Amino acid sequence: MDQQPPIPPSDLKLLGSWADSHTHRVQLALKLKGLPFQYQEEDPLRPSAALLIHNPVYKNLPVLLHRGCPVLHSIIILHFLDDTWPHHRSLLPSDPFDRATARFWSHFADDKLAPAVAAVFSSEGDGQKAAVDQVHQNLKLLELELGDGGAFGGRRFFGGDEIGFLDIVLGCGSYWLAVFEEVMEVKLVDPEAFPRFHAWLRDFEDQREVKETIPAIDKLLEYARTVRQMMLGGGATAAAGDNAASN
Amino acid sequence: MAEAVVLLDVWVSPFGQRCRIALAEKGVAYEYKEEDLSNKSPMLLQANPVHKKIPVLIHDGKPVCESLVIVQYIDEVWSDGAPILPADPYARAQARFWGDFVDKKIYECGTRLWKLKGEALQEAKKEFIEILKVLEAELGDRKYFGGDAFGYVDIALVPFFAWFYTYETCGGFSVEAEAPKLVAWGKRCMERESVSQTLYDPLKVYEFVGFLKKKYGVE
Repeated sequence: MDQQPPIPPSDLKLLGSWADSHTHRVQLALKLKGLPFQYQEEDPLRPSAALLIHNPVYKNLPVLLHRGCPVLHSIIILHFLDDTWPHHRSLLPSDPFDRATARFWSHFADDKLAPAVAAVFSSEGDGQKAAVDQVHQNLKLLELELGDGGAFGGRRFFGGDEIGFLDIVLGCGSYWLAVFEEVMEVKLVDPEAFPRFHAWLRDFEDQREVKETIPAIDKLLEYARTVRQMMLGGGATAAAGDNAASN
Repeated sequence: MAEAVVLLDVWVSPFGQRCRIALAEKGVAYEYKEEDLSNKSPMLLQANPVHKKIPVLIHDGKPVCESLVIVQYIDEVWSDGAPILPADPYARAQARFWGDFVDKKIYECGTRLWKLKGEALQEAKKEFIEILKVLEAELGDRKYFGGDAFGYVDIALVPFFAWFYTYETCGGFSVEAEAPKLVAWGKRCMERESVSQTLYDPLKVYEFVGFLKKKYGVE
């Protein structure tokens, strides 16, 4: 193996937001790969000049700057980290079929599960009941894959014995399930209905690097309660609700 | 072996076409299976139980779903052929970004162009032209989105080249007038056998959308 020179912390800069699960994905990935970086806190509702320059198309977070060059979208950033530092701990599996499976489920996390969870947060009454059902449907699919004969059957983590790409993608964001359960007083991850998913999440959140990355639950609860109140208050704060809901 | 690779697809699907182009670029022999989406085969339902959608690539019995996931898979498995994603990590990240942009924007906005009327159509037209201009700016004066080499973003976008006629006719604008470099790029891509053998005549696509419009009661 080539002896790689130490990476100067100034090489990597992350623009993110403390309550943004996509930012957490990148922070966790950088930590797991042992890559030093600078962090700049951004207000998602008030994008800085730097953010607008580096992400003119979407104007969103996170943005990873590598020697000043922007890499956008957390899933793309995770791929970039593996491509650039292949000798550091790999996030994605090495087998092409396993990689395709991980990518498929990462899209499921962002396109199906996250919007369903967001809908629970931003709805009321019958709408909320429908949103909760949708979350359960999605969790059922993941539960199946963690079972015998599933894509990840018999594994402690989606990545195997250690957490990897899909654990990072699903795990950073799944803490909102517990937060929304408390704030919205709904049952999302019933350990009896989803024993494998529940066990996986518990093991994921128990990892040292994960504990160092995800904010304390009471901070998340306070944030969610504030946003929910603002949303119910209506008007200009709807944007804040969308932001929290999509995180 | 040809039987080891099977593609479940629908002839006109731009998503399926991405896979066909990638397989052709790599020179991979495969069996093509046309699906009837109103009567999905047990094979499709078993291969993609989550979304029940095409395309699905089945390689040695194992299913890979979602067109851009399939294209990346093809690139990684048949790695001795010409690369689809570039070697440089930053260039790869940019290619993934633009492939994702095409995925998020073109089909959804394009569909609104033929499904909607009145003000909603005008809104879709405005958005679509903006999307074209963003892509045109990204392409610049390069031969392909991949630079000199035909690659990932080209494969993601080029199937929609056959849909431009439909989009501009339904939307009441000219793609060539709004994004001439993009049209020139499309014509260059059509000089590649993998593309010209895969894309259908724009008039055939328009005819197909006409059939969809009747089905959805549009017009």
